[in-house]
Amino acid sequence: MSKHHLDYLEQLEAESIFIFREIAAQFEKPALLFSGGKDSITLVHLARKAFAPGKIPFPLVHIDTGHNFPEALAFRDQLAAEVNANLVVRKVEDTIRERKLTEQKGKFASRNWLQTYTLLDTIEEFGFDACIGGARRDEEKARAKERIFSVRDEFGQWNPKLQRPELWNLYNGRIHKGENVRVFPISNWTELDIWNYIRKEKIELPSIYFAHDREVLVHEGQLIAISEFIQIEDTDTVVNKTVRYRTVGDMTCTAAVESSASTLDDVINEITAARISERGETRIDDRVTEAAMEDRKKNGYF
Amino acid sequence: MDLLRFITAGSVDDGKSTLIGRLLYDSKNILVDQLEALEKQTKNKDAGPIDLALLTDGLRAEREQGITIDVAYRYFSTPKRKFIIADAPGHVQYTRNMITGASNANLIIILVDARQGVVEQTRRHSIIASLLKIPHVVVAVNKMDLVEYSQDIYNNILIDYAEVARQLGLKDVTYIPISALNGDNIVDKSVSIPWYDGKPLLEMLEEVETDQDINLEDPRFQVQLVIRPQTSDLHDYRGYAGKVISGIYRKGDKVAVLPSGIETEISKLEVSGVEAEEVFAPQSVTIHLKDDIDISRGDSIVSVNNQPRVANELDVVLCWLDEKPLQPGNKYYLQHNSRLVRAVVRNVEYKLDVNTLQQLPVDSGVKLNEVVKATIKVASPLVYDPYSSIQGTGSAILIDETSNNTVAALLLQ
Repeated sequence: MSKHHLDYLEQLEAESIFIFREIAAQFEKPALLFSGGKDSITLVHLARKAFAPGKIPFPLVHIDTGHNFPEALAFRDQLAAEVNANLVVRKVEDTIRERKLTEQKGKFASRNWLQTYTLLDTIEEFGFDACIGGARRDEEKARAKERIFSVRDEFGQWNPKLQRPELWNLYNGRIHKGENVRVFPISNWTELDIWNYIRKEKIELPSIYFAHDREVLVHEGQLIAISEFIQIEDTDTVVNKTVRYRTVGDMTCTAAVESSASTLDDVINEITAARISERGETRIDDRVTEAAMEDRKKNGYF
Repeated sequence: MDLLRFITAGSVDDGKSTLIGRLLYDSKNILVDQLEALEKQTKNKDAGPIDLALLTDGLRAEREQGITIDVAYRYFSTPKRKFIIADAPGHVQYTRNMITGASNANLIIILVDARQGVVEQTRRHSIIASLLKIPHVVVAVNKMDLVEYSQDIYNNILIDYAEVARQLGLKDVTYIPISALNGDNIVDKSVSIPWYDGKPLLEMLEEVETDQDINLEDPRFQVQLVIRPQTSDLHDYRGYAGKVISGIYRKGDKVAVLPSGIETEISKLEVSGVEAEEVFAPQSVTIHLKDDIDISRGDSIVSVNNQPRVANELDVVLCWLDEKPLQPGNKYYLQHNSRLVRAVVRNVEYKLDVNTLQQLPVDSGVKLNEVVKATIKVASPLVYDPYSSIQGTGSAILIDETSNNTVAALLLQ
């Protein structure tokens, strides 16, 4: 093999950096939507590389549902400081109060639906014309058909039938006033690619991605972290287990998996052997209906 | 481990979705929860306990109509390679989707139904493969189980297709008899087809040589953006960020900035902020030049000894992608990598029948999915190469300046 050869991770990285630079060049006010999870941490890492030695030319925006893992929030602040990025935090709590929204009730009441309101308000507040997200096409069927540059109307809605054809690596980011574009620079990465890249680049992650002891509630086979955000009843089974997280979302809708994987190598071995996708295993919100994601995307969710 | 991007061409009836499902399933890239969801949905019990085709039907709208409306991307990997599949619908009206999916592919799998042989659709897919210069073609003769695994039938299809390949100048063509439904010759060699002495499909995909697909001969680079931090410690830093489209750049290379034509020298190269002696395609890099020259997004930096074309009038093969027909005389934006210029379609010479390659007169405008030969005039000169020599500098799109939609794919001649 010639020395002028990129392996698959280097190819994916080169493509993602290219996309980041297109975003910076094509848009007036981009923003990186930062969730605190490994995918958005990888995005920050790629953005740093794309604009080095300069700083990332757009803010990190976190839509805070108020249901986050404290470890993820601490990590967010530390990372933003380390890369010297402008961090914008907008709270779903405030949107609920200001807009008099009705919160979901029930055992695992989630604010996942409501964060769309906060996101759209934030986009309007700052006039963001491009929002960069860490979605991957391997995550879910509806995502498999989404473009890397995905145009949303002024309601933030995605129309799968009216997507622009995306040819070669020509990304058309031209939009009308009021529209914005969601851009997904790691569309072509899989969960395993992300983990392998994190290992290769020695990217730091919040501790909850690795095995730790935690009090969890066992609900329909899933392990939900005990927190003030969920209702616990007398009949519930609460146990202490060694767990880790495959995805980091809200404490109410992200389940832990039993695991003793305490290093990156352990985690990668576990994922390679795993027979369940990360969304299927740990996202309670996707279990509701087959078309759950398609519906949420159409409504302005990522 | 490297990366192979391929496209599968064929209609639902050819078993395309089943083939993709089979590749994912047999290479153990389908996970338990996805399988359970499939079992729930499987209504067509003839397709076995699970209908593999359902794996690739993404959107509810599509499931309701039982058709695929758009290009979907699938991912799987084996210990040898990561694969990205562009899954494009193959119906008559979907030339647009096929071109989109094919534009990034190293390889195309053209599915032929063993009972039907080479049909109009096979020709159309092959013509698109040749137009887009997809380096490797695999002709998968599917549904061999339905023709009792007949070697004669298979051989006749080979003879017919060889003629198509010859007419189109397709070079690297491989043939394989399969049954996607039964898994014959997908991951393991089929015991039902003992007369076939080639590799099963997955092994073929793992081993196809792709190093030659990247052009390392002709250095081409276009500036995406200028990095100027303008902080106290990086006061004089000025780097031209972009992707090496083809070729190799070395520190000290004599280069020309186009379209201005000013010559200078590469003073420094960086990859992700780290200095490098040389950079090559398809890396994303930052180039520094010895002299202070006015350079902005869309300008090209090329070797002084190996220069692309610079022109205002362009001959193109154009595929129209929009519902709204081409309006001759209307102005469009032409996007060529990071360069955006105004353009007008001057003259449409002829229409290409994508089923027969015949040149037809253009009588009623250019509509969705039609491929034509045309000339385009651009407001400021384009720095390009013919698509047949360098894809990365020979491809462009047209954008409707009122709707902002991507309305045409252009192959520069």
